[in-house]
This record gives sequence, C-alpha cells and structure tokens, in this order.
Amino acid sequence: MSHLPSHLHPETAFSTHYVPAGDYFLGEIKQGQTFRIVDLKGNQAADVLFYNAKDPSERYSAMDTIRNQGNLYLSAGTKLMSNANRELLEIVADTCGRHDTLGGACATESNTVRYSLEKRCMHACRDSWMLAIAEHPEFGISKRDITHNINFFMNVPVTADGGLTFEDGISAPGKYVELKAKMDIVMLISNCPQLNNPCNGYNPTPIEVIVWN
Amino acid sequence: MSKMLYTTTLPGNGHWSLELRRGSLMKITDIEGGANVGMLFYNPRNLLERYNAPDTLKCQHTFKLQRGNCLYSDMGRIFASIVEDYSANGEGNWHDTICGNSTAELVEQQWGKRDYQTHRNQWKQNGYDAFLVELAKYGLGRADMASNINWFSKVIADDHGNIKLDTKNQCAGNSVTLRFEMDTLVIMHACPHPLNKSEAYPFTSVEIELGEADPVSDDDYCKNFREENQRGFQNNKLYYLSNK
Repeated sequence: MSHLPSHLHPETAFSTHYVPAGDYFLGEIKQGQTFRIVDLKGNQAADVLFYNAKDPSERYSAMDTIRNQGNLYLSAGTKLMSNANRELLEIVADTCGRHDTLGGACATESNTVRYSLEKRCMHACRDSWMLAIAEHPEFGISKRDITHNINFFMNVPVTADGGLTFEDGISAPGKYVELKAKMDIVMLISNCPQLNNPCNGYNPTPIEVIVWN
Repeated sequence: MSKMLYTTTLPGNGHWSLELRRGSLMKITDIEGGANVGMLFYNPRNLLERYNAPDTLKCQHTFKLQRGNCLYSDMGRIFASIVEDYSANGEGNWHDTICGNSTAELVEQQWGKRDYQTHRNQWKQNGYDAFLVELAKYGLGRADMASNINWFSKVIADDHGNIKLDTKNQCAGNSVTLRFEMDTLVIMHACPHPLNKSEAYPFTSVEIELGEADPVSDDDYCKNFREENQRGFQNNKLYYLSNK
C-alpha cells in the first residue's frame, strides 16, 4: 500500500465543495482538471460514479479497470477505465493507500437483506443518487446508469479462499485521493450515511471536493 | 422430485436469452472442460431491476460464488439460488464475479478477428458483443450491462490484490444448477473469459437443462446458508404476496 502526496495547494483551487454526510455531489470536471476528495474527519466512505460528460452510457467500469491493471484495489497510478475500455481518469495522488472496487453502495433495499426488513427507511447511498439524478435531469443520468461504484477510503480485502472482509478503516482525518480527468467527465458522489456497519466508523462525517484547473 | 424437461447445447461462441418463471431450474454443464458462461439477470416486469454484483458479494460476505449463495437484484430480491455446484475432479467450483467480458479487441489480439465470411458459425465471437446483441432485443444497451457472472472461471487474488485466472478446477462434467426464485430474464453467452490465454480460441460448449424445481422447504440449504438469504427470501415472498 503506497502513499503519494499531492503538490497542489487548496489556496489555488478553482472551486471547493463541502458535502455533508447523507448528501450528494453531482458536477462536471473538465479534461485536464485535477480534483481532490478529502476525508475531513477520517474513516468516511465516499461512494463515487464517473461518466463521460458527452454520453453517460460510457461510464467508469469496475470490470475494465480491474482487468486492465490486473489488481482489485485502487491507489496512486491507477487508471480508471470506462466500459468502452478508454481511460476516464488517473489517480495522481493518494494519502490513504487503498480504495475499494467490490463493495458497492448501500441501498434501502440491500439494507433489508443485510440487517433487517424493518430498516428499509434508513437513508442510504442509492437514495442520494436517486435524488441527484431526479434534481438534475440535465446530466441525462437514469437508474440504468447507477451501478458498480468506487468506495474511496474503504478497505475491503479479499481472502485467499475467496472471502470478503470489512477491515477497520485505513483512512484518517485529512486523508485524500486526487484524480486527473482524461476527458470531460461527470462525477456523482454519495457521502455515505450508513450506520449499520463500521464503514463510516458508525459516525458519518463531511467530505470536501477541491478542484484545480 | 424436480424434473428436467428440455436439454440443449450452447456452443462455445454462442449466446442466448430467455425468460424463466419462478420455480424453474437451469443446470449448466461444462461438457468438455474449460468452458466459461457469462450471465446477467433482469426482472422482466421492470427491466431497471437487474443483477447486482456488489450487493450479492457484500450481502453474503463473499468474493466467489458457490452452492448456497443467492444471486441478488439491486432491489433486495433473489433472482436465483445456486442449489447444486458439482466439481468433477474434486478441486471445487469457483465462479468469477468481477472480470467482465472478452471484447472484440481482446479476442482479435489473442486469436484473430471475428470473420463470418471466412469462418461462418465458427466465427470468433466475444462476450461483450454477445451481450449487446441479446440486450438489444429487450431495448437495453451498454448502460444496462452490469458486472456479470462468469460460471466455471476461477479468478483468485493474492494479498496485494493481484488477480489471475486459475484453470486447475476446470474439468469435463463440472456443473452448476440454479433455482429461480422470481420470474427472471436470463441473458447468457459461452464466449471466452477475458483472462483466457489459450493457444486457440476455446470453442468449449456447455449443456443447458431446463426444468421445474421442488417447492422451497423451510430448511432449504440456500435459504439458510446465511441469515441474509433468509431476509432475501422474505423480500421475494412479499413480491409474490397473494400470487396464486
């Protein structure tokens, strides 16, 4: 697990966005821009999807990304590939060390399976995404496009005999991941509100998105 | 007794889609050894409800699929349970959940271009295009191509997360049987796994048997494999409430 800090300074940023727990970020990042997602208080899961800004049916693909790098985890140097096997983004800095590609996002529906049928009204990432796409039809994103996301700041190791474990958070206050857009992209983040497992340390906290030209 | 009613062969470069009703069985057998079967599921009544790999993996705390596991939709329901999983050489079956499909580019690099003019029905089809063809019949496209299952393909990860295709378990006679817990649109292909590096294009066909399952008992293996699956089955029961 390697760390690679950034050379960029927040004072020179083009824009900064504060995202409380349970809320979403939906916005365009232009080709060549760099953005940083900051885990402000530590151990917060940021569930993220990326799309080609010109055509959301081309999107971040976990399958193509994992296959392209021959590895399950995301860290500095990872190229995020689309479902057309084209490069969408590159992770250019990372002080957390490892990010998850397998666990996906929580949803009110999967919460009923994981915890209890009676927990179906607890807020979840998928509901944040549904609100985001409903409030912003200009991005042309529908439920068809809401799929297998990245979980930044989460550590979900795979065991030798094919098990999946949820480890203690490796993230900490101020840790970040920084990415450079290789084409105009749209980023959709749910700042995870999950309270039923330790992915947020049972205390969902705000994150910040900083964008540089 | 559950009974099989129809048997067919899916050739190693073939694809198919069909709707199976709740209570149906599908048994897939790797008759030659070395087959790969890509598969996706959709709710025919609402195509927006589809097989979801992350929910399937995290609900059951697993990276691989085996007997006892259920295949979940993104709406907390079970499309199908893996009721039988037979390994002919005793190495154990292990099915891939994350590598996706071979593409036209991968197939061309490895084995040469797909060319009907020259090869007719022995052309070198790829999994991605096979899925696109079947999905288009239902008004679906690449946006609907979620992370698929690859039956009979074992992909392992080391401590650093590096993956590779392990072919030790492949054997003629390996089979997997699915029992459908809700009406399901099944999209499938038998094209090569994207990590397959065989010398020649693997035209390895599979046998498909379709039939009717016995009713699901209270002590059913898959329902009780994990507590989470008990709740999944409850969600299916609600979906079919008062269905005669």
